[in-house]
Amino acid sequence: MSKLLPHPILTLVIAFVFVALINTFSLGSMLLGGVIGVAIPLFTSPYWPVSPTIRNPLKVVEYVAIVGWDIVVSNVQVAYWVLFWPSRRLQTRYVVVPLELTSPEAIALLAGTITMTPGTVSADLAADGSAILVHCLHTTDPDGTVAQIKTRYERRLKEIFG
Amino acid sequence: MTMAWLSEFLVSALILIGAFFLFVGSFGLMKLPDIMRRLHAPTKSTTLGIGSLLIASMLYFALLRDEPSLHELIMSVFLFLTAPITAHMISKAHILRSRALQQELPKPPGEEGWATLDPHGVDEARSTEPAQPPR
Repeated sequence: MSKLLPHPILTLVIAFVFVALINTFSLGSMLLGGVIGVAIPLFTSPYWPVSPTIRNPLKVVEYVAIVGWDIVVSNVQVAYWVLFWPSRRLQTRYVVVPLELTSPEAIALLAGTITMTPGTVSADLAADGSAILVHCLHTTDPDGTVAQIKTRYERRLKEIFG
Repeated sequence: MTMAWLSEFLVSALILIGAFFLFVGSFGLMKLPDIMRRLHAPTKSTTLGIGSLLIASMLYFALLRDEPSLHELIMSVFLFLTAPITAHMISKAHILRSRALQQELPKPPGEEGWATLDPHGVDEARSTEPAQPPR
């Protein structure tokens, strides 16, 4: 089972993407999508040896909803700063977010989330994976920003990936 | 009839919202003073802008033309995957290029430095190149 399907979720995702690209729900496209979905994880599994375990699928839904909402909020926030504030009023700075996550997939997800949400871009990762360097467009309270990232996103990712 | 009117109204509103945020993204790219601050405008505003345009397109084809389409869903997924990676790569390149910035970066709490400047990390075998960028 695990020999044939090293990453079952990746198989499903690839099959779905293929059907969506063809854009018709025919038996042929689903079959071909299924074949590609089995073949690609088989050939790429040497580069992705350890699968992450998702402990709590319901939490994934919650996380996606929260991040989606935060993306909308952060857009309005950044739009307001860009349109109405002179650039020199922005207090731009780098902050360091120490990480408790260890799984590479979880860290990648957190870095992506930081980039998409309120006024922050993840700029670099420590070589030993112990921290993310985050660039803030505007913050008057760096410790608060770090605490918000840790409680709002990292805590939930830790619950998802364990 | 009212249904069609409502869908048209919804689609138009989403297109206008999308256009507004795309404009803000481009305007921010022009207005903000340095590369790191400029990164903020396109990573955020543009995703929401294109996101609402894609939702508008999906609604238009599903409700008004009766040809439901999944392409938009895939586009937004690819956009959400690629935008943070591109931003991350640009900021890493910026850190590597700027000597002044390297001096004033805050240090990570662990023993190693930032991955861009100190690639001899956990797996030392992978890189034997010196960390310094070419002059």
